[in-house]
Amino acid sequence: MNRVIEVDVEARVAWVEPGVLNLDLSRMVTHLGLHYAPDPSSQQACTIGGNVATNAGGPHCLAAGVTSSHILALDIVLADGSVARLGGLEPDVPGLDLRGCFVGSEGTMGIATRIAVRLQPNPPCVRTLLLDFMSIDAAAATVSAIIAAGIVPSALEMMDARITRAVEDYVRAGYPRDAEAVLLAELDGLPAGVEAAVAVVDRVGREHGARTVRVAADAAERALLWKGRKSAFGAIARIAPDYYLHDAVVPRTRLVEVLHQVYEIAAAHELIVVNVFHAGDGNLHPILVFDARDPGIWDRVHAAGDAIVRACVAAGGVLSGEHGIGLEKRDLMPLVFNVDDLDAQARLRDAFDPDGRANPQKVLPRGSRCGETMRVPEGAWV
Amino acid sequence: MIELDALARTIAAANAVVVVGAGTKRDVGGAVPSGATEVRVPAGMVSYEPADMTVSVLGGTPVALLDGALAEHGQECPLDPRDSAATVGGVLAGGLSGHRRLRLGPARDRLLEVRFLTGDGRVVRGGGPTVKNVTGYDLPRLLVGSLGTLGVITQVTLRTQPRPQHSSWAVSDAPPDDVRDRLFRPTCLAWDGRATHVLLEGHPEDIASEQARAGLRRVDGPPTWPEHAHRGRASVRPGALGALAARLEEVACSWIAEGGVGTVHIGTDTEIALADARAAVEAESGWLLRETGAPNLDPFGIALPNFELMSRIKDAFDPSGKLNPGRLPYTRVAA
Repeated sequence: MNRVIEVDVEARVAWVEPGVLNLDLSRMVTHLGLHYAPDPSSQQACTIGGNVATNAGGPHCLAAGVTSSHILALDIVLADGSVARLGGLEPDVPGLDLRGCFVGSEGTMGIATRIAVRLQPNPPCVRTLLLDFMSIDAAAATVSAIIAAGIVPSALEMMDARITRAVEDYVRAGYPRDAEAVLLAELDGLPAGVEAAVAVVDRVGREHGARTVRVAADAAERALLWKGRKSAFGAIARIAPDYYLHDAVVPRTRLVEVLHQVYEIAAAHELIVVNVFHAGDGNLHPILVFDARDPGIWDRVHAAGDAIVRACVAAGGVLSGEHGIGLEKRDLMPLVFNVDDLDAQARLRDAFDPDGRANPQKVLPRGSRCGETMRVPEGAWV
Repeated sequence: MIELDALARTIAAANAVVVVGAGTKRDVGGAVPSGATEVRVPAGMVSYEPADMTVSVLGGTPVALLDGALAEHGQECPLDPRDSAATVGGVLAGGLSGHRRLRLGPARDRLLEVRFLTGDGRVVRGGGPTVKNVTGYDLPRLLVGSLGTLGVITQVTLRTQPRPQHSSWAVSDAPPDDVRDRLFRPTCLAWDGRATHVLLEGHPEDIASEQARAGLRRVDGPPTWPEHAHRGRASVRPGALGALAARLEEVACSWIAEGGVGTVHIGTDTEIALADARAAVEAESGWLLRETGAPNLDPFGIALPNFELMSRIKDAFDPSGKLNPGRLPYTRVAA
């Protein structure tokens, strides 16, 4: 199911099948002056159906919002084999927002077979800036100061020293190899507003210790700066052969203290951690980098990962910003939700799928329901 | 908080509960049987961190009070401003997005975290306080537009944004789709069938050049939204607005449509005219929600889609059926 079924240019809506690749959709409509806004770093490989399942984000979700804001309607198959259309192309549908429930439900409420997505007009003016800093604290303070100045960039990404060097060695995007942190900021819209915002970001950055503020001169340079950011995962192989990627969110104002904790946790477990993440959203992506052939390494990786997630939650954060819960974080759910909260979520899931047949055992830990017994249907693919 | 504890006890002890905010949406949805216990959620700011662009308030907080607190820091949370007395919880439960939706998105995209009381008096929290979050199921979006039938919204965390540097209304004789094609992301295209009122926000130079390029004439402010005894809010595909306008020519009503969105605000002097307007909307495959007056008109007109699934959710969240009974036409599902 990988076809784009229909593109309605006037309505700025596309109906797609779930297997359509995220980047393919934007490429297919760019000649119409449109794009699909959510842009996960994996957008060359990830599908719209998968994006719906995890309510995926991406750098440009800072201003544009995550997947749920861009899904208008879904045709789904429920676990009992019945079909339903959730949401619609009208602005409001009567009754409950089942569309909103389904997006981000990780396949536990059914399977989407057709998806209506909102397309956005391409901005007439785009400026991409690279700011580099001699401390990660200065970069993080700049993030907060940009927001405090009343600017919400379309994207605001941070990379730490180690990943910046690895990326530069990998794709030669012109990132400063000796920086302790770089910020990639993008501003788009109409020209006067964009140029005014560029001036604010430039000033705020320099006030907070930016060594250089590089404004991409043209589309090619802009693409190169983004190639650096989006190649980060490929570049990690230059540090060590294996990595474990985390995803957690903290309030923007707690970024600095949580980042320091992340480095301390990695050091305590004798691991390397690199950080490349959606700073504007407070969405951290600590990446533990290692060689899986080292004896006992997985225990250290899991222990460090667990400690990182707990540090984020302790700072008022959540378990996941855009990757979801699945099996990996399922048993951490009680860190952020109490029994009544989990019970309500279990009731919602059961209303869609009373027999627990859709993606069994994902998202909610055992014991979420009062008086729960284990129910894995016979023959289920787990 | 003592007030919330008392509220929880009241709800737990009641047989039927009707949730009242400022009382601005009593006519939305079906009537709640008389004799139901009226409950009100307290008002007040809980926390506000401008640098995080999030704010937490109690459900009974007036929208105007929230707006004033955010304005002190140059921020806003654009909830429907048509009735400034309305409460935050009421606007969210009603799913009202306001006229800037074209650019800023619907109300459901504002709500990050929700706390609500269940019929047996327990507090449930869904979502999270951060601007981005996929930790568990999206209970906040489920509560938006649920008309108080799943839980009593006691506290919410909302996403804020900088107030626009400048905003300006202008008018064009062209229909909204034509106007939109000449502009980059206008905030509102309010069309009454003759003229399109256009709200632009941003840098003053951009606004001026956009207005000049699209041939717009500046005006002092927004159009007057219909203020009649009987009012409804229609939802149609944005592309059907032209055809709907032609049909509404035959109906004694005044209306303003939000171009590019598909919301149509319709007001009439008689109940029968609102029924005629609904027939016109339904002929364009849309639906009309009664908002005010028209006591004999069905609140929704059409059957709710996915009725059984919604009823199962209602049963799961409110097994005794005591929360705003009758507001949405659920059926009891066999246990």
